[in-house]
Order: sequence, then structure tokens, then C-alpha cells
Amino acid sequence: MTDTTTRIGEIVNSNDVVLFMKGTALFPQCGFSSRAVAILDHLGVQFETVDVLQDPEIRQGIKAYSDWPTVPQLYVKGEFLGGSDIMAEMFEAGELQQLLEEKQVAKA
Amino acid sequence: MAMESDEIERLIREGIPDARVEITDLAGDGDHYSARVVSESFRGQPRVKQHQRVYEALGGRMGGALHALQLTTATPD
Repeated sequence: MTDTTTRIGEIVNSNDVVLFMKGTALFPQCGFSSRAVAILDHLGVQFETVDVLQDPEIRQGIKAYSDWPTVPQLYVKGEFLGGSDIMAEMFEAGELQQLLEEKQVAKA
Repeated sequence: MAMESDEIERLIREGIPDARVEITDLAGDGDHYSARVVSESFRGQPRVKQHQRVYEALGGRMGGALHALQLTTATPD
């Protein structure tokens, strides 16, 4: 286990909902990240964001950690859910709302 | 660096031989694509795994040569 892996593990396990993204929730720096934030905002859940542009180690490390080549990436209660496409698909199918309720994620 | 849509389609088909692949060049700049990949072999696999198989077929180009690929996966009706 590298230090970065340990750090990422701590982040995903200490936040119920965490989005690794480019930029911040207020100022997303990429269309995909912006879309991911919009979905979470719309669902009204509490979530943390990690700006990978501010942290090159996390930016590289998260790709290996999740076996996923791109950012944004969503974790709910330590489980990797996918990127913005999967979030959008799940949202449109009503599955994301259902999953967040099942996992008893706090509302914002 | 950009990629041709034919090349994206070819790589996905190589990795997932039965896949039906539809590529759309979203911005007309050869850099922002959407792909819809339909394969019987996705059946029973979670979405994350389905997407990972497409990324695997693209052999590490995702996030590199291929900047933006909006991906949808499905099984045949």
C-alpha cells in the first residue's frame, strides 16, 4: 500500500458521499465534473468533493485505486459507483435516489 | 491529440467482439465523442464493470489520446 492509496482509502471511508472531481462544487473545471455536481445537488444529499487538480498524487492515484481512467468519480459509503455517465444513467433510471436512500445518506 | 471515430469503434470491437457500437462526434472536433456500446456479454454485469471493459478495450487511451468519451452501455433487448 502506498501513501496515496492509504490517503484515498481514508477519504472514501470517512465521507458518506465523496466526489473526486476537477475544480470545486462551486467552480467545476470540466463539463463532466459539472454534470456530476449538478446531479448530487439536485438529489439534495450532503457530499464532499476532492479537487484532483490541486493534488497530483490523488489525481493519478484515484485512477489506479478505482481501476477507472477518468475523473469525476463517485464513492458512496466506501463503494465506487462510477463516473458521470453512470451517475446520469442511474439518476435517470431512479436508481441513484434509491441507492442513496437505502444507504441512508444524509440530506443536505 | 485526437482520435478518429473509426479507430475508437475498431478498438471496442476488438475487445468486445459481439458489440454493437455507435459513435457520435459531439463537438465535431475529433476530441469529444459519445459512444453507445451494446453487447450480450454485458448481461448480468454491473455498470461499472461494463464501462471498465470498454475502457480496457481502448487500451489506456481514455483520459489520454481520447479526452472525452461519454459512454453508455447496454444489453440487447
